[in-house]
Amino acid sequence: MEAVSVKSITKTYGKEKTLAVDNVSFSVEKGELFGLIGPDGAGKTSIFRILTTLLLADQGSSSVDGFDVVKDFKEIRNTVGYMPGRFSLYQDLTIEENLHFFATIFGTTIEANYHLIEDIYVQIEPFKKRRAGKLSGGMKQKLALCCALIHKPTTLFLDEPTTGVDPVSRKEFWEMLRRLKEQNITIIVSTPYMDEASKCDRIALIQNGKILSIDTPENIIHAYPDQLYAIKANEMYLLLKSLECYPDRLNSYAFGEYAHLTFKDYGADLTKLKGYLREKGLSGVELNAIEATIEDSFIKLLN
Amino acid sequence: MVSEEKVIVCDKLTKRFGDFIATNEITFEVNKGEIFGFLGANGAGKTTAMRMLCGLSSPTSGNATIAGFDVYRQTEDIKRNIGYMSQKFSLYENLTVLENIEFFGGIYGLSDQQLKTKTAELVDRLGLKSEAKKLVGSLPLGWKQKLSFSVAVLHEPKIVFLDEPTGGVDPVTRRQFWDMIYEAAERGITVFVTTHYMDEAEYCNRISIMVDGKMEVLDTPANLKNTFNVGSMDEVFYQLARGAKRAD
Amino acid sequence: MKQFIAFVRKEFYHVLRDRRTLLILFGMPIVQILLFGFALTNEVKDSKILVVDYAKDHASGQLIAKIGASRYFKIQKASLTRQEILSTFQQGEIKAVVVFPGNFNENLLHANKAQIQVITDATDINTANMVTNYLSSIILDYQNQMNENLAIPYQIIPETRMLYNPQLKGAHGFVPGVMALVLMLVSVMMTAISIVREKEMGTMEILLVSPFKPVLVIFAKAIPYLILSLINVVAILLLSVFVLDLPVKGSVLLLFAESTLFIITCLTLGIFISIKTDSQQVAMLISLMGMLLPTMMFSGFLFPIENMPVPLQVISNLIPSKWFYIIVKSIMIKGLGIAALWKETLILLGMTAFLLVISLKSFKIRLQ
Repeated sequence: MEAVSVKSITKTYGKEKTLAVDNVSFSVEKGELFGLIGPDGAGKTSIFRILTTLLLADQGSSSVDGFDVVKDFKEIRNTVGYMPGRFSLYQDLTIEENLHFFATIFGTTIEANYHLIEDIYVQIEPFKKRRAGKLSGGMKQKLALCCALIHKPTTLFLDEPTTGVDPVSRKEFWEMLRRLKEQNITIIVSTPYMDEASKCDRIALIQNGKILSIDTPENIIHAYPDQLYAIKANEMYLLLKSLECYPDRLNSYAFGEYAHLTFKDYGADLTKLKGYLREKGLSGVELNAIEATIEDSFIKLLN
Repeated sequence: MVSEEKVIVCDKLTKRFGDFIATNEITFEVNKGEIFGFLGANGAGKTTAMRMLCGLSSPTSGNATIAGFDVYRQTEDIKRNIGYMSQKFSLYENLTVLENIEFFGGIYGLSDQQLKTKTAELVDRLGLKSEAKKLVGSLPLGWKQKLSFSVAVLHEPKIVFLDEPTGGVDPVTRRQFWDMIYEAAERGITVFVTTHYMDEAEYCNRISIMVDGKMEVLDTPANLKNTFNVGSMDEVFYQLARGAKRAD
Repeated sequence: MKQFIAFVRKEFYHVLRDRRTLLILFGMPIVQILLFGFALTNEVKDSKILVVDYAKDHASGQLIAKIGASRYFKIQKASLTRQEILSTFQQGEIKAVVVFPGNFNENLLHANKAQIQVITDATDINTANMVTNYLSSIILDYQNQMNENLAIPYQIIPETRMLYNPQLKGAHGFVPGVMALVLMLVSVMMTAISIVREKEMGTMEILLVSPFKPVLVIFAKAIPYLILSLINVVAILLLSVFVLDLPVKGSVLLLFAESTLFIITCLTLGIFISIKTDSQQVAMLISLMGMLLPTMMFSGFLFPIENMPVPLQVISNLIPSKWFYIIVKSIMIKGLGIAALWKETLILLGMTAFLLVISLKSFKIRLQ
């Protein structure tokens, strides 16, 4: 069954009609962990707000749990959980007070759905008398997730939950999402971090309001059309500069400690490349054929 | 190019807030033209350390010289010789591209002639000619960040401090941004950068990772991975920061 | 209902945990009342007044001695022309000039009636008023003394002239004025800011995506400020009765009912501002510029409305605090009842209803 269905929605802002969402369609199955992956300004937040009934799309229709986002907005507001991009809890209320407040607003109690949040809540419980404004980024995020979960939502919308959070907290957060998925909650999450894409069941790569590709992370990687090479050398900047001038190059760019390179159709001549690099004065050159990552796919789609 | 000249020298630099030791005896040196990655979990003490290095906050104990100037006494000289860019504040959104360049050039004391040539050069290199008279607020994030980096190095500082400069930018723009960083480093500008993208950490010549106010490790990315016997910087970071006791 | 109560409780947490809000809420009215009150009483003590005695006779001498004996005044004697009197005022040290006409004693004895001219510097309204009142009572006292054994009483008529601001308002006008000001500030500005804060912090987004009715968010926000404002009314009244000796002549119950009405008017205004703005700064500016300044200017509290150009008089009718100021003054000082105030009350009711309707109309259940 479809938990979320989006049919050709378009959203513009202001008098200049700045295009934020451009004819986007996708659907999410019940119990799926779906990722919207793209940079800031790609339109992720607009899509989230349309689905959570906060904004009206200019065109197109969408539904959550079978409810229309325009007509049945009240039903949707009763059933979904939403965690906006910024930390949006009351900074001057304690952890406990925040949680209690949101439980009451949603017409439930902490006890009724404690089993849902228990895993996460025990991590912040020792600080329950502390005001939310005084918590660390990772703890705020856990509290926000608890508050979004407390009414046992059918679908959870998480808008950039890991932005500005350090790698350790990010990792923990994704582990929590994995466990939530087992409770049969549909989760839609957005992130600008490409490396988080592989943690989702399916992803949509999005840029400038358009969806570039939707599929499972594996399929997107398999669909990468070229053979990709990773090259390493002692002189990184020189390597990048040299690759840019290499005649058979299709594309090349830095990727961690390596440079990634694809060749034009005709020219995967590695001996020639090695000779070229030696000529340029590079030392310690290492060259391997590798499989693409989501980030490679995204770069390919952007070009 | 990395040279032997030291532009940042820290010796047991410490900052306390009451009982709380935000930065605990950090000791390190950074060379001219080096790209230095300054990593750590939220609350590990990075921001406090950066503030001391920029001359914005006086250390409790220890010594440090930045571009040859003392962090206790010569903060004004330090500020003249560094550039700073953060994701949060960079440019004035309601000024145009040209007005921003003029303003920041002006406060760093560039002459009108210098400013004129620099501005033309910069607008040309960033391909912002048609946008030069537009408000910065109307530019896409990636351009804003490239522009704000260019403005931070407009006065050719000895060191530029970058606080999470690439947050939320698409992968292509992020790489263009790093191209600019490499270029600046080639010109001899030292780059001191914090980031949450672990693949970006790999672009640095050397990386330090702070845990609970202490600088736990400092080495090249390759050596760090060898030492911890793992395949990526992500795992190095995870192993170190997992044990952290405090958060911000 | 449980949700509603939870919401109101949360609002109280916000208010009680923010020292700045608390300070504005309770510090300001107290400080204002005391400041106005004590500034008044201190000013009059040892005020320098100028006596121009053209009579130089028995009666004038006695009266001057009596004025000089009071702790309120320090007397300087002089004989001045009218022009010179004006220029002494302009130097600002002299608070009042008392002029005895040439045949003071004679008039008193033969016509049983004499005049004294009292000229005050009314640029400082409160002082001028106090000085006049004190002088008048001293003169009255003297008159009563003389009349004790007389069949046909003497009458001394102080002819008071207030320079610069002849239609001076009542001296105790500041208590109703401060009340209007404080209630305006608390109810309009605080409500507007606290609602806009939810928008700015992003919590409004979460509240909208919840079963809680969006309109209830607004009302739940208003309740704590209604209660806090009423506490302020009590505080101001207690201060004015026990510290400033200004009793409430009319019905206290009516005063509270009218205050509640005015608070609700202000709350709807605050709500309307919060619906139309998106940042705390803007909400604050609009409340200050749009509400507080007009309250000071147009309520009649500082400047007499009758003296304003007609267009400004028309504008003043749009300011709720003008009507509230009239109501409070009438109840507290004149002791009037609802029969005399139904018109003002109806105007406030109408304004509230209007604001409520346009607020509800422009309230959005979505963002933007």
